[in-house]
Amino acid sequence: METFNLFIKSIFVDNMIFAYFLGMCSYLAVSKTVKTSTGLGIAVTFVLLITVPVNYLLDTYVLREGALTWLNESFASVDLSFLSFILFIAIIASMVQIVEMVVERYAPALYAQLGIFLPLIAVNCAILGASLFMQQRNFANVGQATVYGLGSGLGWMLAIVALAAVREHLKYNKIPAPLKGLGIAFILTGLMGMAFMGFMGIKF
Amino acid sequence: MSPERKDILFGPLSKNNPVIVLVLGICSALAVTAQLKPALVMGVSVTVVVAFSNVIISLLRNTIPSRIRIIVQLVVVAALVIIVEQILKAYAYEVWGQLSVYIGLIITNCILMGRLEAFALGNGPFDSFLDGIGNGLGYTAILVIVAFFRELLGSGALLGFHIIPQSFYDAGYMNNGLMIMPPMALIVVGCIIWVHRSINKDLQEK
Repeated sequence: METFNLFIKSIFVDNMIFAYFLGMCSYLAVSKTVKTSTGLGIAVTFVLLITVPVNYLLDTYVLREGALTWLNESFASVDLSFLSFILFIAIIASMVQIVEMVVERYAPALYAQLGIFLPLIAVNCAILGASLFMQQRNFANVGQATVYGLGSGLGWMLAIVALAAVREHLKYNKIPAPLKGLGIAFILTGLMGMAFMGFMGIKF
Repeated sequence: MSPERKDILFGPLSKNNPVIVLVLGICSALAVTAQLKPALVMGVSVTVVVAFSNVIISLLRNTIPSRIRIIVQLVVVAALVIIVEQILKAYAYEVWGQLSVYIGLIITNCILMGRLEAFALGNGPFDSFLDGIGNGLGYTAILVIVAFFRELLGSGALLGFHIIPQSFYDAGYMNNGLMIMPPMALIVVGCIIWVHRSINKDLQEK
C-alpha cells in the first residue's frame, strides 16, 4: 500500500514539472504537437525507470557513509557522497547511450520517431533531479526507488502531453502579440500547476 | 573595452537573455525564487560555474575530440559544481539546505551546455570568460526580479526583513500565500516575458 501511495504521489502531487520545475527546457521546446511530446514522454519515463534504481544501488552500496562495509569492515567511516553528482551523471549518460543503442537495434521505428530527443535526455534536469531526490528521501528498498522513477516519468509525460494538447488549440485563439508562444506557455503551465495543487494530501 | 567585448558582456542582460529569450536554464530559475536570498546565492553560483567552465573548455577546445565533447563538458561542469557545493556547505549551510538538490542540478542547467557548445568551443578564453559572466548575470537578473515580487507579495519581506509596515496589516492587508506556491513562479516569469517583449517588439513570435 505504501508503495502504491508513493506511485500516486510521485505522479500527481510531487509532479516533476508542476511542483519542482524539472525538465522545463525540453518541456517548453518540444510541446508543440501531441505526437512528438508523447514520444519524448515515453523515452523520459523509460530512462527514469532504469537510472533511478541503478543510482539507488550505487548510492546504497558505494557512496553513502558506511556503505562500503560489505567490502571490508574497516571501510565503515568512508563517506563518498561528495562524489554523487559526478557518478550519477556518468551513469545517466552511459545508460542513455545504452538505451539508444538497444532501441536502435530492436525498435528502429521508435528510434526514428524519437530522433534527436533520445541523446538529449542525458541533460534533462528531470533525470538527474529524480536521482538526487531519491538520494535525499532514503527509500527503504530498490523496489520503492523503481516505483518512484516510473511515477516521476509518468507525471512528466502527463504534463508535457497536456500542455501540447492545449498548445495545438491555441493556434486558433487571439493572444496579445508579446505573449504569443513562450509567454502564454508559462502562464498556462502556472494555471495547470494550480489545478494540480488540488491533488495535495491525496491518500489511499 | 572594445564594442564587441561590451556586447558579449552586456548583451545577455536583455536582448540575448538566457532565460526569457533563449529559454535556457528555466528549471532552477523557478524553483529557488520563493525568497530573495537563495535566489541571489543560486545566481552567483551559476555565474561562477558558467564563467569558469567556459574558460576551461575554451582552453581545451583544440584538444577535445568532437565525438566525446559532451562527456568532457559534463565532467568539467560536474567537478566545478562539486567545488561550489562544498564551499556553500561549509560557509552558508542554511542556504545550502534551502537550495538542496538544485545546486546539483546546475550540472544539467541548459545555460551551461548552451554556452559551452555555442561559444566556448569557438572562442578564446578571455572572451569566453566575459560571455560566462554576462550570461550568469542575465540569469541572476531574472531570478532576482522574480524572487523580489514573490517574497515581497508572498511574505511581506525582502531578504528576510519585514518591509510592509504593521499598519498595513492592521488596516486589513494580507500576505498573498499563493505567491510562495510553485505555480506563481511560472506566472511571474510569463508576465516578465510579456513586459520584455512589449518593449522589444522584434522578439515577438508570429
